[in-house]
Amino acid sequence: MNWFIDPFLSNTFLQHALIGGMLVSISSGIVGTFVVLRGLAFIGDALGHGVLPGIAVAILLGIPGIIGASVGAVVMIGGISLITRKSRLSSDTAIGLLFVGMLALGVVIVSRSTTFTGDIVRVLFGEILGINNQAIFLQAIATLVIVVTAFICARPFLLLCYNPEQAQVSGFSSSLYHNIMLAMIAVAVVISFQTVGTMLVFGMLLAPAGAGALIARRIEAMIAWAASIGILSVYTGLLVSYHFNLAAGSSIVLIATIIFFGVLVVKNILLFRNRQIVGSKDE
Amino acid sequence: MNNKQTESQNLSTLTVIASRLDVGYQSEPIVRSINFSVGKGQSLALVGVNGSGKSTLLKTLVGLLQPLKGDLQVLGNLPGQSSRQIAYLSQSHTSGFILPLRVLDAVRMGRFANHGLLGKMTGADEDLVIQAMKNMQVWNLADKPLRSLSGGQQQRVHIAQVLARHADLLILDEPTAGLDAGAREIYQEAIRNELCRGASVITATHDIQEAMDCDQAMLLARKVIAVGRGKDIITAQALLETFGIVITLNQQNLGVAVVEREHGHNFHCDE
Repeated sequence: MNWFIDPFLSNTFLQHALIGGMLVSISSGIVGTFVVLRGLAFIGDALGHGVLPGIAVAILLGIPGIIGASVGAVVMIGGISLITRKSRLSSDTAIGLLFVGMLALGVVIVSRSTTFTGDIVRVLFGEILGINNQAIFLQAIATLVIVVTAFICARPFLLLCYNPEQAQVSGFSSSLYHNIMLAMIAVAVVISFQTVGTMLVFGMLLAPAGAGALIARRIEAMIAWAASIGILSVYTGLLVSYHFNLAAGSSIVLIATIIFFGVLVVKNILLFRNRQIVGSKDE
Repeated sequence: MNNKQTESQNLSTLTVIASRLDVGYQSEPIVRSINFSVGKGQSLALVGVNGSGKSTLLKTLVGLLQPLKGDLQVLGNLPGQSSRQIAYLSQSHTSGFILPLRVLDAVRMGRFANHGLLGKMTGADEDLVIQAMKNMQVWNLADKPLRSLSGGQQQRVHIAQVLARHADLLILDEPTAGLDAGAREIYQEAIRNELCRGASVITATHDIQEAMDCDQAMLLARKVIAVGRGKDIITAQALLETFGIVITLNQQNLGVAVVEREHGHNFHCDE
């Protein structure tokens, strides 16, 4: 029993990591649900990398990285919207172009500085064991914003997942609520660069929500499953990383991915058995 | 004066009025100079091949596309301004395979337009939802996940969602696509109920018999071939222009009896 609880009781940094990670799990569970249901995975991934130059410039200027990340996210979303509106190119192409463009810009900025390497690794992979009260507070605010937004926009979001045209003809502007959804993804990505990092947050958006989609029969249940699987991944990941001296953020995302594949395998076994039972009854 | 009064009375009973209307996309008009009106409790069927402009006209009526030219009034307003009173069934439903949604929740979505973001659903809403599900005979599937149903069953659920809206104008894009004969009967009965309570129904269809059953039909082939009472305008010549095939009509039951392609291949399409 001590093996499971003691590390958290005796280490403040692990308590912080657990609280921060749980908040990331809740925000990622909500946002990830819509990312999975609306097929926005690519834009989520692109945002994770697209915020890099913003953070790099912020670090260079000595201002908080979160401000740079926010500017980077706004530039990405605005750029994608501009390219898709002004050209006949699909949003996939627009996202891909800005994705590599912003990533390249980030690397160019980083290459100008010799002391940057450690900072960038921290941005990409997070530093969940080093988060302080201020970072937890920011994460809590962002999570609250996401929870409240999802609650208020539940109806148009559900209609968007079902059919964007149906949202529009029901009196909810599909472009407005689509942009609110993108802003939620941006907030989830930006805020998590201090915990699991901008690269790994993508795993927290997709893996728990993907597993939730396989289990749930209602969208509310999918969000609850996604958040719960995320929290379980954070707890298990931190525990494993503590006992076996592994990278904490990566362990969390790895556990979430393993849970997803576990759910997938179990679901397929159950489906196979059900088909066999139905088949034997038919005979 | 009397004439003006009669005219305004007539206008007040019209659900849709289109005059010299051009529809399409900004760079590409699809159908030009459309004139028609639909009265309260009346039905109109748009008939034509794929790409003839049926869906484009329907999308313009619900406000998803802007009219390119001409006048269009829907329920006394510009299109897109009466969302509470209009129910729309589109051809495609995305995320159908992954969206975790029970049949009951899918039909309940039909009431969202009446309550905005946070308005509370009432007992009356629940009654409309249940009635719509019973009308489309999906009440027994209420607790089933939508994604576990067959294509035809899903289409019945989508139609139930439209019925739950209890709208003044129903705009349905190929509602019978994927429905078997029994489900078509169920659909037709539900639409008769809607018309009886005073709702107007505009449908895009490939089914000529369905068009014959409507108060009006419009034959489209990237232009208006004919518009008027189905029995008057659906002639072999009009169908040749619309579909590019020669069709012989069986006048006894006003159904389509024999279809003969211009190229000489004969086949039956009895309804």
